[in-house]
Amino acid sequence: MAEAVKQPLPVLVIGGSMVFLSYLITGIGLGSVYAIIALGYSMVYGIAKMLNFAHGDVIMIGAYVAFFALSRYNLPAVAAVLLAIAVCTTLGVLIERLAYKPLRQATSLSVLITAIGVSYFLQNMAQLLWSSSPKIFSSIVGNRSLTLFDGKMSIAYINILTIITCIVIMIVLTLFINNTKIGRAMRACSEDKDAAKLMGINVNKTISITFAIGSGLAAIASVLLCSTYPSVYPTLGSMPGIKAFTAAVFGGIGSIPGAFVGGLLLGIIENLSKAYISTQLSDAIVFAVLIIVLLIKPTGILGKKVNEKV
Amino acid sequence: MKKSNLLNKLFDKQHKKQTVSYLIVIFAYVILEALLKTGNISSLFKNLLVPCTCYIVAALALNLCVGLSGELSLGHAGFMSIGAFTAVCLSGLLAGTLTNAVLRLVIVIIIGAAVSAFFGFLIGIPVLKLQGDYLAIVTLAFCQIIVSLINNVYFGFDEKGLQFSFIENKLNLSSSGKILIGGPIGASGTQRISTFTVGIVLIIISLIVIYNLMDSRNGRAIMAARDNRIAALSVGIDVTRTKMLAFVISAALAGAAGALYGLNFSTLTPAKFGFNQSILLLVYVVLGGLGNITGTIISASVLYVLPELLRSFESYRMIIYSLVLIGIMLISNNKFFKEKLAELKTRRFNRTHSKEAE
Amino acid sequence: MNETPVLQVKDLGIDFGGLTAVNKFNITVRKHQIVGLIGPNGAGKTTVFNMLTKVYDPSRGTIELNGQQINKLSTVEVNKAGIARTFQNIRLFDNLSVIDNVLIGMHNSIKYNTFEGIIRNRRFREQEKEAYQKAIDLLSIFKLQDLMDHPASSLPYGAQRRLEICRALATNPSLLLLDEPAAGMNPSETAELMNTIKDIRDHFDIAILLIEHDMKFVMGICEEITVLNYGTTLAFGAPEEIQNNPEVIKAYLGGA
Repeated sequence: MAEAVKQPLPVLVIGGSMVFLSYLITGIGLGSVYAIIALGYSMVYGIAKMLNFAHGDVIMIGAYVAFFALSRYNLPAVAAVLLAIAVCTTLGVLIERLAYKPLRQATSLSVLITAIGVSYFLQNMAQLLWSSSPKIFSSIVGNRSLTLFDGKMSIAYINILTIITCIVIMIVLTLFINNTKIGRAMRACSEDKDAAKLMGINVNKTISITFAIGSGLAAIASVLLCSTYPSVYPTLGSMPGIKAFTAAVFGGIGSIPGAFVGGLLLGIIENLSKAYISTQLSDAIVFAVLIIVLLIKPTGILGKKVNEKV
Repeated sequence: MKKSNLLNKLFDKQHKKQTVSYLIVIFAYVILEALLKTGNISSLFKNLLVPCTCYIVAALALNLCVGLSGELSLGHAGFMSIGAFTAVCLSGLLAGTLTNAVLRLVIVIIIGAAVSAFFGFLIGIPVLKLQGDYLAIVTLAFCQIIVSLINNVYFGFDEKGLQFSFIENKLNLSSSGKILIGGPIGASGTQRISTFTVGIVLIIISLIVIYNLMDSRNGRAIMAARDNRIAALSVGIDVTRTKMLAFVISAALAGAAGALYGLNFSTLTPAKFGFNQSILLLVYVVLGGLGNITGTIISASVLYVLPELLRSFESYRMIIYSLVLIGIMLISNNKFFKEKLAELKTRRFNRTHSKEAE
Repeated sequence: MNETPVLQVKDLGIDFGGLTAVNKFNITVRKHQIVGLIGPNGAGKTTVFNMLTKVYDPSRGTIELNGQQINKLSTVEVNKAGIARTFQNIRLFDNLSVIDNVLIGMHNSIKYNTFEGIIRNRRFREQEKEAYQKAIDLLSIFKLQDLMDHPASSLPYGAQRRLEICRALATNPSLLLLDEPAAGMNPSETAELMNTIKDIRDHFDIAILLIEHDMKFVMGICEEITVLNYGTTLAFGAPEEIQNNPEVIKAYLGGA
């Protein structure tokens, strides 16, 4: 997958000892985006027990929506983000209703193949509608940076915004899941759907809400991602999507703090290997991490072992 | 009914199903060879024949993994690329010493398959212990790793010996030297030694391997592990080992297909074996029917040749493929459709039963 | 009787999270014996089976099969050591034929390797033929031989239960665990199953441990019965003793 536009240097590296710190902060910024995407994977996996392969492509759609809102219709940034969220949420729920819901009782193989079909469909529709040539996304906070230590170090504002957004999302989501009625229903469904149904929980509605939240988060992630790497193209979402899934597995799939920790670690690993090993091989290194994690601790850092019912 | 009669009846039924596949392949070969000999075939179509056999073999390999073993692999293009680049390099190295092209082709296909099988084994170790969707994502990751590694490899030789460098092209070859893999450019100047006949032989070998495997002790274990993991364990089947066996054989066949594919083109870039190729193989398998060998052969050949002949259809092709994937899954899991199928089964059950009672 | 029992379980227990599901469970099954394991719903009967076959790892206690400790073995190794089982919620290989289900049970007694299977040499053909013959013999005991090329999932319920026993027997066990073998069967099917179970015990000279709710079935077939309640052994003894044991009656009927 060609990165059509070269990554702008978000951190200006000046001081010697500051170099590592700068890469680290950029890594955390990238990791925060992964964490937000990973949350979508993790929540859906926790409740619907399926790998929503099309999640990355929802990000792509969100990026196009935000791009057109900003560049073509000159909407303010907040409106563009809200519009992207609205479109992605609708899309997520629609996908779930049309493609996944009829397969609730099917084997995981069937569901996965369907999800891949949906992913492929979205990518190729985007290519047909908007062509495969990348479009330049203008960052929602501009390309300005915060300068620290008498100019020895500078951090792009978008990086700061991304990290803050990620932390806010984590806190709000944790509170939502633990303290609201819908959150309780979600936890119940992830434990045992049949029992939840007997307790009067509307399982279908709960799954729809989960998809809606996950897709809304994907929209936010898309704007943050494209503000950092400013090009929009049809396969934009597949790489971050797969990496975020890696992050979710890394942290322990189904766990919210797991998605956060996994995302951050993955972003840091990716950015440090870009800086110190090789830009071309950074993807290979990230995926090697996935394989090593599965080899050592298949349930991830914060995951729990699930016993199969016999 | 007597025991020997029962046995014979059973074997007849199994063999009938398999013979059809072999006959289709041989029949297609005879007709196409006749057309080739008499020159009644367009050059465009002629060029499609060898790649088509490669895709059939790769799709059969994937069906062994997805349909028969029940594990979704999204990295079979990666195994093809391993086979392809192994074969291209070896063929380049052996060109001077082994002048018989067919013999060289056979040897490099076997080695390509072996190398690919070895990688299948390595990938299988962490993944096959797990259940669920992990194999899909890890094989996908593996495919990306392989493609990005090959993208960064520079490999060549001259009279001083082999030269190898990574990430940057530091090869310092003499004028008589030859670059075998040139990073993102891939392999170029490959001698095209693949033939349609070898492709057909490879399909037949794949059929023999898959059919005979599935009709033997290990093949039954593979399907048992797919159908019910706990029950398979309870009758003493080592599920991990069994799944590994299917995965390694599948990787070997995909590697062989890749080797044949690589030696059919004078240039070959790593980008040819991306995620899209894996999806394409999956479409062949799903449309042909999971676990259905004859179906895979037919769907792979039709789906490979048709779009190549109808270029104008190109931009819609992928959209149609994705809809095919979704549609087949939705229909085959549809309650109404399933009930009808079950009804059909019971009717057949009752019919054979009443016949035997008479 | 001083000979080593087929199965000797001492102080077996398992916790799920903080919950103790089974505790201090003891049972002895001697050669050629049919033993029943009964108890109210949720008493932990199937959990005991799952521990014996190492689907679950017991937290405490020892399991000995023919005098050998099998605590450390995996599910696969336990089967190789000689325990075969059926499942409460039938677990057949649904897409495979009836005879394939039985042949899969013989997996470890067939010895040819993968390569021999692909080239179909003499060894392959001889062993396959032998296996098929044996499978048909087994199927005939359960009157399933005429259905052998049907997919397992197309069989009627009772036939599926019988096929599962058949598959378990194919692994050549010394101890057979049956989890509610008569569930969902009508009275005449149940009566027939009782005879079949006695027949296979004699024919294969194995010991059988079974879970069953049908008291007529249990009392009619078992030589000894262990009652499980709240995860611990409540009583054990001959059927008549169990029938008249006030503790057992209380556990089943409830009340103070």
